[in-house]
Amino acid sequence: MGIEIRGVNKNFGDFVALQDIDLSIPSGQLTALLGPSGGGKSTLLRIIAGLESSDSGTIEIEGVDATGVPAQKRNVGFVFQHYAAFKHMTVAKNVAFGLEIRKKPKDEVKRRVDELLKLVHLEQFSHRLPAQLSGGQRQRMALARALAIEPSVLLLDEPFGALDAKVRKELRDWLRRLHDEVHVTTVFVTHDQEEALEVSDSLVVINEGRIEQIGTPDDLYDRPASDFVLSFLGPVTTLGDRLIRPHDIDITRYEHAATASGRITRWTRVGFEIRLEVTPDDALRPDPVQVVVTKAEATALQLHEGDLVWLRPRVGADAVSR
Amino acid sequence: MASRAAQPRTPGTYVRRLIVVGYLFLLIVWPVSLVVVKTFDGGLGNIQGALSDPEVVFALQLTVYVAVWAVAINTVFGVGISLLLVRYEFPGRRVLSALIDLPLSVSPVVVGLALLLAYAGTDGLFGPTLESAGLQVAFAPAGIILATAFVSLPLVIRELVPVLQEIGTEQEQAAKSLGAGPVQTFRRITLPSIKWALVYGVVLSLARSLGEFGAVKVISGNIAQQTQTATLVVEEKYQDFEQGTAYATSFLLALIAVAALVVVTILRPKDDTDGD
Repeated sequence: MGIEIRGVNKNFGDFVALQDIDLSIPSGQLTALLGPSGGGKSTLLRIIAGLESSDSGTIEIEGVDATGVPAQKRNVGFVFQHYAAFKHMTVAKNVAFGLEIRKKPKDEVKRRVDELLKLVHLEQFSHRLPAQLSGGQRQRMALARALAIEPSVLLLDEPFGALDAKVRKELRDWLRRLHDEVHVTTVFVTHDQEEALEVSDSLVVINEGRIEQIGTPDDLYDRPASDFVLSFLGPVTTLGDRLIRPHDIDITRYEHAATASGRITRWTRVGFEIRLEVTPDDALRPDPVQVVVTKAEATALQLHEGDLVWLRPRVGADAVSR
Repeated sequence: MASRAAQPRTPGTYVRRLIVVGYLFLLIVWPVSLVVVKTFDGGLGNIQGALSDPEVVFALQLTVYVAVWAVAINTVFGVGISLLLVRYEFPGRRVLSALIDLPLSVSPVVVGLALLLAYAGTDGLFGPTLESAGLQVAFAPAGIILATAFVSLPLVIRELVPVLQEIGTEQEQAAKSLGAGPVQTFRRITLPSIKWALVYGVVLSLARSLGEFGAVKVISGNIAQQTQTATLVVEEKYQDFEQGTAYATSFLLALIAVAALVVVTILRPKDDTDGD
């Protein structure tokens, strides 16, 4: 159940957008499709919605084959990055659209619209036009509009991408809480790894038209299947011959069994963090290593720019096994 | 208006304004006002005279009849062609786009002549076939409608294309995902978004249709009380030393077009709110 995608391929001319995608998205969960821009994740979402057709493969939504079904018959809620608000309709009319198309009785439409506007905290804006709302409000309206048709799945394409950082964070928390209330199978596309890790129950990392890894946020962060996943989910640096996160490096001022040693050649303070660059003495691996320590650690170790330090991975550090 | 920066007024400002106003006055306002002045030279006599002349009354009726049909045809095809040009990629799209401007650049007399070559009853290419089927095109209202539709074809399309490009397809896709079929999407989403551009295009096209002279003169044969439109009557009356009637008919023609423009300007919402 949920969404079953089998053997989906999609090309735009010579460009391979999706290659042999097989994916099961479980019912009732919040799943993130994460990956760099142009990696194919939005195309996959649009194929699920029926807004784009795949060259081959099948899509099944809640046990029903939807492959050849046009978008308007799939009963899928879709939320666009740029809201796609119906500009000439009031907020209430926007939300009512899907219900009016379905020819629901007037009193039922009104009751449902009131309910949804309350859910997205827009009840006092029902008579406004979309142009009179802020970006965040417009996106909440778009979400209410998509939920109005009681979709079998809710698809969101970079839903917070056009909003400023603070609103994005608020809406993200709010989407998580909303999903806990509504429990509709939800898939959202994002290129923001923090957003994906924070909000989703499970993550699908897509790069260059292929699925790199599927798993829970913990799985992916702690046990990345490839260097790509490791580096996409957070900052990485090379220590010795392995990729490692800069905060997973042990730094000391005294000689001990270390992977590398060298002088601190750069020192950047960002809030409570100090980002260091250590240039190894090893002529074979001269690339600087990024190390992150807290201000308190740096003070305790009496670190200064130019100091000679020894580096080694912390015990239990994340790494891709080679 | 807010985007216009308030600049300090210098003598140059007033000189520039004077040039613009003077140019517009000499080119448009003064000559047109002369028609009005001449029409009402002897009170309402000219108008009454024109309206009691059966040739003029017939011509005005024919002109309105032809204009309404031409505008109706251009509205339907204009919307269709605009959607085709903006929403679909197909071989020859650029050629089609260029062809649509042809009626604006080719002299209407040439248009009339071309239509005559194709649809003349005896020696035209399609004419004889159509005539045997009972439809006379050349020297008949059908031909006048055809010529008028030809010359005013680009007006609706040129208004619609930029608006369609600007609104994009996201709203239509959203409507689709909410369950709306193609007809419902067009009626509830696309049409309201292009409404004012369409109205404006229709009015321009109406004004152009009322005033068409060259193409109509060639294809209509200019037969009084049969295929003579208002513009043709104006020419004839003027040459027959019935200037009063010519002025009055011109005035009525201009009045219809100006009235349409004024009505649209009043109806059009002042602040074009877009949802960005």
